[in-house]
Amino acid sequence: MIRPLLISASVAAGALTAAACASTSSSSAGGAPSPNGSNAVVSMTKPSPDPRVGLKAGWFDAGEAAWNMRLVSNTRPSKDFLNPSTPGDRRLVNSDLAFSGNYVYQGNYSGYQVWDVSDPRAVKLKQAYVCPGSQSDVSVFRNLAFVSGEATSGRLDCGLQGVPDSVSKDRLRGIRVFDVTDLSKPKYLTNVQTCRGSHTHTVVSSPNDPANVYIYVSGSAPVRSSQELPGCSGAPLTEDPNSALFRIEVIQVPLANPAAAKIVSSPRIFQDLTAPPRHAEPFDSAAAARRAAQQAAGGAQRPPGGGNRGGPTQCHDITVYPAIGLAGGACGGYGLLLDISNPANPVRIGAAADSNFSFWHSATFNNDGTKILFSDEWGGGSQPRCRSTDKPEWGSDAIFTIENKQMVFKSYYKLSAAQTSEENCVSHNGSLIPIPGRDIMVQGWYQGGVSVFDWTDPSNVKEIAYFDRGPMDATKLVSAGSWSAYWYNGYIFSSDLSRGLDIFDLLPSGLVSQNEIDAAKSVKFEYFNAQDQPKLVWPASFSVPRAYLDQLERNNGLSAALISSTRAELARAEKLSGQAKKDALSALSTKLHTDARSAGDQPKAHKLAFAVGDLAK
Amino acid sequence: MKTSLRTVGQATLVGLAASVMLTACGAARSPSTTPGPASINPSGRSPAAMAAADSGRPPYTKEDVDFISGMIGHHAQAVLMAGWAPSHGASSSVQGLSERIVVAQRDEIAFMQRWLRERREQVPDAGTEHMMMAGMAMKLMPGMLTREQLMELDKARGTEFDRLFLQFMIQHHEGALTMVDKLFAAHGAGQDEDVFKFAVDVHADQTTEIDRMSLMLKSVPSSR
Repeated sequence: MIRPLLISASVAAGALTAAACASTSSSSAGGAPSPNGSNAVVSMTKPSPDPRVGLKAGWFDAGEAAWNMRLVSNTRPSKDFLNPSTPGDRRLVNSDLAFSGNYVYQGNYSGYQVWDVSDPRAVKLKQAYVCPGSQSDVSVFRNLAFVSGEATSGRLDCGLQGVPDSVSKDRLRGIRVFDVTDLSKPKYLTNVQTCRGSHTHTVVSSPNDPANVYIYVSGSAPVRSSQELPGCSGAPLTEDPNSALFRIEVIQVPLANPAAAKIVSSPRIFQDLTAPPRHAEPFDSAAAARRAAQQAAGGAQRPPGGGNRGGPTQCHDITVYPAIGLAGGACGGYGLLLDISNPANPVRIGAAADSNFSFWHSATFNNDGTKILFSDEWGGGSQPRCRSTDKPEWGSDAIFTIENKQMVFKSYYKLSAAQTSEENCVSHNGSLIPIPGRDIMVQGWYQGGVSVFDWTDPSNVKEIAYFDRGPMDATKLVSAGSWSAYWYNGYIFSSDLSRGLDIFDLLPSGLVSQNEIDAAKSVKFEYFNAQDQPKLVWPASFSVPRAYLDQLERNNGLSAALISSTRAELARAEKLSGQAKKDALSALSTKLHTDARSAGDQPKAHKLAFAVGDLAK
Repeated sequence: MKTSLRTVGQATLVGLAASVMLTACGAARSPSTTPGPASINPSGRSPAAMAAADSGRPPYTKEDVDFISGMIGHHAQAVLMAGWAPSHGASSSVQGLSERIVVAQRDEIAFMQRWLRERREQVPDAGTEHMMMAGMAMKLMPGMLTREQLMELDKARGTEFDRLFLQFMIQHHEGALTMVDKLFAAHGAGQDEDVFKFAVDVHADQTTEIDRMSLMLKSVPSSR
């Protein structure tokens, strides 16, 4: 059934106009409302024809299409990071996001900005820190912020003049460490230089090691000269066993003395990874390693063309999930599964290759740790790879189940709306939306916009909400769009390369119910780094069993009569108090466990019963 | 409720260590940690003001231009070679790879031409098959096939095409890596973020593709 419903953005826009003036002292900065104030379409089925196709081009006045989600605010880059006459200027590109309390850290190729999002309709600039060095991926951990530097122009002193000498003591390529106890005055504590710099990094917090936090550094740029950083070698392993290729760097940051951060290991997690890529066919990496060892013992020939590089030389990004002791590494032509029970020494336990995947970019686990999604950033995010001529399995997400610690391919997911040749577009960064009982994810697709999809059934992924803007320029490709889109404490935050920070509300549509959104909003984090994936735990609230009831109604997992009577009983119990309330909920939980035995969806019916039981505690 | 990330899932971590299979680790020995700078961005300039001052055209060098111009011809040859896969009886895996090379490198040629055009530098055209086959007017950048090698590949069919294509494309990609290395070794080059990102993407993509092609080459049946 289609239930079209237009939500007017005009009320919110009114509030935003006032907020824009108050957001910062600077005239050009922050808090500007969406000029188009576009209406979001809310419906069970996708609008047709797809309104994302043919949107008007523009920078801050591009056409917008929204389905089942609503733009709450767009905050333009602050004055140091926005030059109105050079759209798409790569020095001013925004990058990844990290979250701490009411603050959003937004990386920028020229530094980072920190936004106060206490009122998502009126975002305020808290800090604009100038310190060039792409791509400025950011993470936060308690009072510390970490920033990636990769470009050869990055300077230790954060100057803007670059580093023209090919060997220089002024260059920073690696991780910058800041004390952000006082956000109005971040303190640049130290930096850790690495041979290839840091394209991305992952903060790894281990419950086994509370005195330290670890950073996995991924760098995809060439290795620098050993004259600049002693010990750096870009030679093949066969020529130099200390090569900086074929490894990641692990930095240990002692929390009592973060200025003493240093590299503690450089694990060779790619060792003997030499299986050929096959479509949708995972392979046994242990067996492959044995074969490689046998070949090596037999004196394997270096293949013609000198191409024996022994597998990937680096990772692009690693997502750790400390609660289950696993990490997903997106590394060159491979997706790796790593055991991180000892965070200083991650160990490869599985690998997958796929002939449709060009460049494995990043990973996201589902909350149960039974599935993993890898993105393929074909074209590096600079190229238009969502045209009608681009194959749906190229530059997409690949979804795997994790079975006996090995990855089993299930399906691809790619943005369905064709984009123009003037829009850089490919799968990029995202996170889970904490809806209990379902695997829902939001993801940025550069100028393809933001897409929310349901991958509960890994073989049948469905988009359930989206937001998109037209191209920056109708005549040429000017980089923009969503670098990353993450759910954090009730809202979707998206970092647009050129347009700043977007905040969205997910709307109840039938595909997602109000109860499910309420349950998602009940999960709160003190801080959030998407690459350090937290376990989602739902506090006891009536929204959780109601979310399960909505899901059981949607999939006919429980009889209509039982759903109806359970809703009524929950409503009655909610009005009670004290022991009477506990007794009512406890009795309902017991009854629901009994009912679950004859339910069409027994696992979910039991989850419902447990969620009601949690309310009785 | 606030959920602390520090307190979750302690129990599940225990026991996974038993599954450790590979432990090759070598800590870097280099002195890599230096204190934070005494003075931050000493000039006090703003990136936006800098962008306004140079109209979005940060300084670049002759080496940047040579790299971009040279890579256009380099890419054009890869597009030509990959374009032969369907007509030369390539296997489905080589055809898939080739199709992706054609799309990827055509887009990158468009980027490089735009970069030169916007800086009013001379924009080489991507060359034609006729020019390349006749060995005319194109400066051979590192790894590029000679006219003889191109003709040898053009004559090959089926398994022989697969084998030669992979060998030659590995050689070709290795040349692109050499070009990137040369760029970064030059004084003042790669400071423009557009050039840096493009060069690094070429390096990462083609390193990955070389690894893939080396493995594919191992599974091509011997023709002898």
